[in-house]
Amino acid sequence: MDIKAYIVLALTLFTIGIIGVLVRRNAIIIFMCVELMLNAVNLLLVAFSRMHAASAVAKASPTFAGDAQIFVFFIMVVAAAEVSVGLAIIVMLYRNTHSVDVNFLNRLKN
Amino acid sequence: MNNVLQIAWLIPILPLIGFIINGTGRNILSKTISGFIGSTVILASFLLSVYVFIQVKNGNSYVAHYFNFINIDSLKIAFDFKMDQLSSLFLLIITGVGFLIHVYSTSYMHEESSKDFAKYFSFLNLFVFSMLLLVMGANYVIMFIGWEGVGLCSYLLIGYWFRNNDYTNAAKKAFIMNRIGDLGFLLAVFWLIAKVGTVSFDEVFSAANLAKLSLADKTGITLLLFVGATGKSAQIPLYTWLPDAMAGPTPVSALIHAATMVTAGIYMIARSNILYTMAPVTQAVVAITGLATAVLAATIALKQNDIKKVLAYSTVSQLGYMFLGLGVGAYTGAVFHVMTHAFFKALLFLGAGSVIHAMGGEQDMRNMGGLKKYMRTTHLTFLLGCLAIAGMPPFSGFFSKDEILAAAYANNPVLWGIGVITAMMTAFYMFRLYAMTFLGKFRGTHEQEHHLHESPVAITIPLIILAILAVIGGLIGIPESIMHGGHRLEAFLEPVFRQSNVIATKHELSHATEYMLMGISVAGALVALLYAWNKFSKYEKTETHSRGFAKLLENKWYVDEIYNAVIVQPIRSLSAFFNNVVEKKGIDGLVNGTGKAVNYGSRQLRWLQSGQVGAYVLLMVIGILILFIIQLFL
Repeated sequence: MDIKAYIVLALTLFTIGIIGVLVRRNAIIIFMCVELMLNAVNLLLVAFSRMHAASAVAKASPTFAGDAQIFVFFIMVVAAAEVSVGLAIIVMLYRNTHSVDVNFLNRLKN
Repeated sequence: MNNVLQIAWLIPILPLIGFIINGTGRNILSKTISGFIGSTVILASFLLSVYVFIQVKNGNSYVAHYFNFINIDSLKIAFDFKMDQLSSLFLLIITGVGFLIHVYSTSYMHEESSKDFAKYFSFLNLFVFSMLLLVMGANYVIMFIGWEGVGLCSYLLIGYWFRNNDYTNAAKKAFIMNRIGDLGFLLAVFWLIAKVGTVSFDEVFSAANLAKLSLADKTGITLLLFVGATGKSAQIPLYTWLPDAMAGPTPVSALIHAATMVTAGIYMIARSNILYTMAPVTQAVVAITGLATAVLAATIALKQNDIKKVLAYSTVSQLGYMFLGLGVGAYTGAVFHVMTHAFFKALLFLGAGSVIHAMGGEQDMRNMGGLKKYMRTTHLTFLLGCLAIAGMPPFSGFFSKDEILAAAYANNPVLWGIGVITAMMTAFYMFRLYAMTFLGKFRGTHEQEHHLHESPVAITIPLIILAILAVIGGLIGIPESIMHGGHRLEAFLEPVFRQSNVIATKHELSHATEYMLMGISVAGALVALLYAWNKFSKYEKTETHSRGFAKLLENKWYVDEIYNAVIVQPIRSLSAFFNNVVEKKGIDGLVNGTGKAVNYGSRQLRWLQSGQVGAYVLLMVIGILILFIIQLFL
C-alpha cells in the first residue's frame, strides 16, 4: 500500500484531534482528542518503520529497521500511564467544581 | 662643588616637624611650648638658609638629588632641590621674616585658647614648609607641590576663625581664585612635558631644549604660567581674593598675603626668566597687566577706611609694580622689590596689627587718630615703613621702585609716567593711613581710649628689626649712577639672569636721565605725601556720604559686583537650569520612564495570561504552524 494513504489518514486524525482540543470545553472530550493525536503519531511511526524495513530488505541490508515498532509499544505504555493520571485529575476537577468544563479553570487559587 | 648642600632637605623638614608636633599635640601642649616649637623650627631653618646663602654667594649653584618622584617611561621627575642665588635669597626672606612673624604671633594670638593657638602655629609652620618647597624645588612639579601647599595654608589661615561665615567665604574665595590660576600653571607644565619631555629647570632652560620650542610654544607656555601667577600673586583679573583674605589674623596677612606667598608668582617668572625674555608678547602682557593692577589697586586704596584693606590694596598695587618690572625685563629690580616689599609691608601689617591690638579689634581708621602719643614704638616704626613704601630716599622702597621705574622708562616712557602717578597715589594713601591713625585727636570711644597701650616686647621687637631692614635694606642695590659697584644684588643675582641678559636688548640710560627720573618720582611722591599729611592730620569724622567718583573708588570699582553679575550669577542660573530641567526632567525622566514603560508593558501583556486553557492551546498551535511555515517554505 502506498505510504501516502497512511500519511493522509494520520494527518486527518491529528487535525481532528487539534480541532477537538481547540473547540470543545468538556475536559473528557479534550482528553480523548489528545489521545487521538497521540495515536495519529503512532500510526505514522509504524507506517514509516514498515516502509524503511521493506527497503532495507530489498537492499539486502543486514540491519533490522524495525526499531519504531518497539518504540510504539513504549509510547502506548507511557500514554496509558498518562491517561490514568489525567483521568484522576479530571475526577478531582469534577469533585471541586461539579463540572468538567475547562473554562471554569481560569484561576490558580480557590 | 662640595656636597654640604645635600643637607638642604633639613630646611623644609624642620617646619614640617613643627607642624606635626603642634598639630598632633594641640590638646596637650601649653601656649608657651607650642609657640616656642613653632618659632624655633623656623629659626633653625633660617640659620640653615644663611649657611646655604654663604655657600652660593660666590656664584655657585647646586642641585641636591633625593629620589625620583615620578618615573614613567621616558618622563623622569626627580625630587630635587635647587640652591642658587635666587632661591637662597627667597629662603632668607621666607625664614627670616617668617621667624619674626612667628615671634610676633606668640604675643598677638595670646588670647586664643591653647588648642587654637597650637593649631595656628601648626598651620603657620605648614605654610613655611610649603613655601620653602616652592622656592627650593628644582623643577616645575616640585614647585607646583609647594604652590598648592601654600594655597591650602592660605585657605586654612584665612578661615582660621571659621565660626564667622564671612571669613570662611573669604577663605573659599581665595582658594577658588587660586585654583583658577593653578589650572594655567598645570597646563603650562603639561605643554612643557609634551614639547621637551622634562620639567627640570636646568634641562628646560638648556640651549638644546629651548631650541625645541617654537615662538608660539614659548608664548603659550609663558602666558599660561602667567595665568598661574595672576592667581597666586593677585593680579587682574584674579586679584579680588587678596583684600578679602584680610579676614585672617593680622600676622597671617603680613606673612602670607604680603611678604611671601603672594610673591610666589614673581619668583616663578624670575625663575623662568629666559622663557619670558624669549617671548616678547608675553612680556608686554605681563607689563601691562602689572601696571593696570598697580593703578587700579592704588585708586581703590585711596578711599578705603579699613586699615588692613588699605594695606591689602597697597600689596596688590606693589605686586603690580613687580610684574611691571618682570615685564620690562628688570628681573633683578622685581626680585629686589620683592625683598624690600617683604620688609616694609610685613612691618606695616605688623604695625597695623599692633594698632588693632591696642584698639581692641577696631579696624576702622575713622575711629582712630592721635595714637602717636600712646604707642611710641609702633608709631615710629610705622612711619619708617610708610616712608619706605612711599619711595623716599634713602629708604629701601626708593631703590627698588626706582630701579623698576627706570627700566620701565627705558622700555616705554608711557609705562614710566603711569608708574610715577601710581607711586604718587601710593605716597598719598599711605600717609592718609598714617595721618588718620597716628595724628590728630582720638576719635574712638572713651573705653577704647582708656585701654590704649603700647604692645608687649614680642610685638615691638619684630617691628624694630623690620624697621631697620626697611630702612637699610635698599642699600644692597644702590644704582650704578649714584655709586659705582653699588648694586651688589645685581652682581649677586647675575648667574640666575645671565641667559636673559645675553639676549635682552639693553637700554642704557644716561646718568643725567636717571637723576631726572628719580627727581621727578621723589618730588611727586613728596608732594602727595605732604598733601595727605596736611589733609588727614585734621581729619574729622563726618556723616556725609561720598558721591560720584569717590563712591566708585570706595566700592572698589564694583569689581566684585561685576564678577558676581558676569560670572557667578550666570553659573548659578546654569546650575539651576541643569538642576531643574536636565536633572529633574531629563535624567530622572529617563530613570523613572524605564520603570514606567516596564510597568505599562507588563500590564498590557498580563491580558495574555487569561487562564483560559483554550487560549493557550490556540496560541501553541499558531506557534507550531508558524514554525512549520518557516521550516517548510522559508
